[in-house]
Amino acid sequence: MKLARLLTTATAAALFALPAFAVELKIGLQDDADVLDPAQSRTFVGRIVYTAMCDKLVDVSPDLKIVPQLATEWNWSADGKALTMKLRQGVKFQDETPFNAEAVVATIERNMTLPESRRKSELSSVQKVEASGEYEVKFTLKSPDVTLLAQLSDRAGMIVSPKAAKELGAKFGDHPVCAGPFKFVERVQQDRIVLEKFQDYWNKNNVFIDKITYLPIPDSTVRLANLRSGDLDMIERLAATDAETVKSDANLVYKDVVNTGWLGIYANVGNGARADNPMGKDKRLRQAFSLAIDRDAAVQIVFEGTGVAGNQPFPPNSPWFDKDVPVQARDVEKAKALVKAAGFDRVPVEMQVPNSPVTMQMMQIIQSMVAEAGFDVSLKATEFATLLNEQTAGNYQLSRSDWSGRVDPDGNIQQFVTCGAGLNDSKYCNADVDKLLNEARQSPDDSVRKQKYDAATAILNDDLPIIFLGHQSWIWALHKNITGFVASPDGMIRLVGVKKEG
Amino acid sequence: MYRFIAKRLLVAIPTLLIISVFVFSLQKLLPGDPVLAMAGEERDPQVLEFLREKYHLNDPVPYQYFYWLGSALKGDLGISLRTNQPVLELVAEKLPVTIQLAIMSMIFAFVIGVPMGILAAVKKNTIIDYLANIIALSGLSIPNFWLGIMLILLISVHLGWLPASGYEPFFSNPLRSIETMLMPSFVLGNALAATLMRHTRSAMLSVLSADYIRTARAKGLPESSVVLEHSFRNAVLPIVTLTTLLFGELLAGAVLTEQIFTIPGFGKLIVDAVFNRDYAVVQGVVICTAIGFILMNLVADVLYVLLNPRMRASL
Repeated sequence: MKLARLLTTATAAALFALPAFAVELKIGLQDDADVLDPAQSRTFVGRIVYTAMCDKLVDVSPDLKIVPQLATEWNWSADGKALTMKLRQGVKFQDETPFNAEAVVATIERNMTLPESRRKSELSSVQKVEASGEYEVKFTLKSPDVTLLAQLSDRAGMIVSPKAAKELGAKFGDHPVCAGPFKFVERVQQDRIVLEKFQDYWNKNNVFIDKITYLPIPDSTVRLANLRSGDLDMIERLAATDAETVKSDANLVYKDVVNTGWLGIYANVGNGARADNPMGKDKRLRQAFSLAIDRDAAVQIVFEGTGVAGNQPFPPNSPWFDKDVPVQARDVEKAKALVKAAGFDRVPVEMQVPNSPVTMQMMQIIQSMVAEAGFDVSLKATEFATLLNEQTAGNYQLSRSDWSGRVDPDGNIQQFVTCGAGLNDSKYCNADVDKLLNEARQSPDDSVRKQKYDAATAILNDDLPIIFLGHQSWIWALHKNITGFVASPDGMIRLVGVKKEG
Repeated sequence: MYRFIAKRLLVAIPTLLIISVFVFSLQKLLPGDPVLAMAGEERDPQVLEFLREKYHLNDPVPYQYFYWLGSALKGDLGISLRTNQPVLELVAEKLPVTIQLAIMSMIFAFVIGVPMGILAAVKKNTIIDYLANIIALSGLSIPNFWLGIMLILLISVHLGWLPASGYEPFFSNPLRSIETMLMPSFVLGNALAATLMRHTRSAMLSVLSADYIRTARAKGLPESSVVLEHSFRNAVLPIVTLTTLLFGELLAGAVLTEQIFTIPGFGKLIVDAVFNRDYAVVQGVVICTAIGFILMNLVADVLYVLLNPRMRASL
C-alpha cells in the first residue's frame, strides 16, 4: 500500500515537474514587431518572428539558394509564364486545419486582394493562382518573372490557416495561425511575443525548443547585458563595438555574416526643383565624390571590421557582384581633376543623414574625406520619418539611406533605378537600364541574368544616381549552450535544429 | 468639500479640450508622413492611398480633429497605425505598468529624500548637512541612462542579484514583478529624492526658525517632538504639493528609464508612436497622462485642505 502511494506520488510529482524541464529560448530583438499578419507586416523583426511561426512555400539556404519548405518541388513552364509547385503532404496548420492547395490559393489571393495587404507589389506579376490538384498549385503570370520564387520565400509565401484568416480578416495579426514549428501564445506590445512548440509540426523531430520568448530591447548595451546576466539566450544585431567583448567572453559565442543589404547615398538627379544643383546635374561631380571616399577605411572604422566596402547593390562576396567593376581605391587627384573639369573649385553640397550615432560617425568621416577633393558637405542630421518624407518628396541634394536587402538580386536594384519605380527617390531614368533590369527579371537562366545585371551595373557606376558605400554584417551573440544556429545573410533566426543544453 | 472637488473636475474639461487641440495641431506640424513612415521599405502607392483614406489622413485637419473628438467622446480613441490595436486597449495595457513604476519610484524618493531633508535642516551647516547636499546633488546630476546601465552591469551582470530588464505584471507574480521594478524605480526615485530633499530642507528651515518652535523648545518638549510633530507637520504642505506633482509627471512615463530597463510603459509607447507618426496613439496617451496630471493636482489640493485646518475653515 505504502509503495503504491509512493509510486503514485512520484508519478504525479514527475508529471508536475515536466513543464519545469521545458526548454525555453529567450531572444533579444532590437525593435518590437508591428502587426503579426504576414500580409500586412513590414518590419524586419516581424520577419524574424515569422521564421519560427510561419513556414513558407520555399525557404532560403545560407548561401541564398531557394530550397523546399512547404513546396517540395517546382518547375517553370517553357515560356516562363507559369510556375507549378508540388506541395508537402501531411502538413497541418496550428489550428489543426489541413494544409493543401486550397489553403495556398486562399493565402495568395488574400495577399493580393486584402485592402491592407502590403504584399500586392511583390505578387504583382501573378495573374491567377489555382489548385491543379489537392497538393499542387499553379501560378499563372502576366509576364515572365523569375523573382516570384524569392518573393514566395518571404512573407508573400507564408501560408496561413484559411479558417483563421477568414474568421479574423484584417485582425488576423491578433492571433496568427500558420504552419510553422512554433505557434502563437501571446503578445504584449513592446514587452514580449511568446510562441510554443507546435506538436503536430511536419518536421517536429528536428525541433528541440519548447517555448520561445522574443523580447524587444532597443539599446544594444542593455541587450548584451541581458545576455551576459543570463536573462537572454541569444541577441540579434549586436553593436559592432561590442564584438570584442563577446569574442573574449568564454560563455558566449559570436556569429556574423555579411548581409544582403547595402549602404548608400542617394543623389537627387531628377526629383523636383532641388535636383537643380551641381551634384544632381553633373555626373562628373558624383564620380569625383565617389572617388574621394576611402570606403575600406570608413567601413573598418565605423563597423570595427565587421562590414565590407562596396560599390554595387550586391556585396563583393555575392555571386551577382560584377568583378569587372571592383571597389575602387581612393583617388583624390583624379577626383580633383573631375571637379575642375566640371568647372568648380569647391562644390557646396547638403546631405541629409539619419540621426543615429553610427551613421553620423560614418558620414562625418566621409565628409572630411571628400573635403580634400573640393566638396564642402554640410550634414543635416534628420530624424528618420522626416528623412524618408523629404527623400520621397525630393527635398534634398544628397540623402543617406540604406536597404535591408533581398534574396533575389532584382530586389536590391530594380525598384531603385528604373523610371518611375516605387523606391526611385533619385528619379533617375535611363531607358537602357530599364530594359536590362526588366529583362533580367524574365530569364530563369542565372548566367543570362548575370550578364544583364553586369551591363546595368556598368551604366549605373558611371551615372551614379546612388553612390554605394558598403555592406554591413548581421551580428548575433548567444550562450555557448545554444548549438545548431546557422548565421544567414538574410538576418533571420531559424530555430529548427537549434538545441539548448543544460 | 464635495462641491470643491466637483468644481475642480468641471474646470478640468476645458483644460483637456485645449490640450487635445494643442497635441493634435502640434503633431500635424511635425514633418513626415505617417503612412510613409509606416510603409518603411514596402511602398506600394495603392496601399498608401488606401491607408490614408482609412485613417482620414486626406481630410482637412480640423475635420480630422472633430472626427477624433467625436469618437473619443464615445470612448473610442482610435486604432494604432502600427499594430492595428485599439489605442484604449494599449493605454489599459500600459497604465498599470506606469502606475506601478510611479508608485515604487515615489516610495524610493520619499524614503530617501524626506528623512535626508529633515536631517539636513536640523543639523544645518554641519557635516551631515553637507553630506546630504552632496548626495542630493549627485542624485540630480547623474543621468538616468548612465546610472541605469551601471546598475545593470553591477547588479545583474556581475552580481546576478536582479534581472537586467523586462517586466512581469504585479498580479501574475508580485515578487518577480517587484524584483524587475527595483532597479528602474531606484534610478527614477533617486533623481526625485534629490528634489524632495532640497524642498524638505528649505521648508523645515523656515519652520524651525518660527516663534512657535522656540516656544515649543522653551516649554521643554523633547527635540524629536519639536522636529516631527511641530515642525514637520507644518513643513509637510509644500512637500505634499511637490510629491503629487512629481507623481503626476511620472505618470507621463519615464522615457529613458523605460527604454533601458525595457519596461513597457507610457514612455516607451509614446516615443515609438512619435517616431512612427502614430497620431492616434500619441493623442490617446497624452490625453490619458493629462487626465492623470489633473487628478494628481486635485489630490494635492484635497490633501492640502485635509492637512491644513485653516484651509478647511475657509471652504
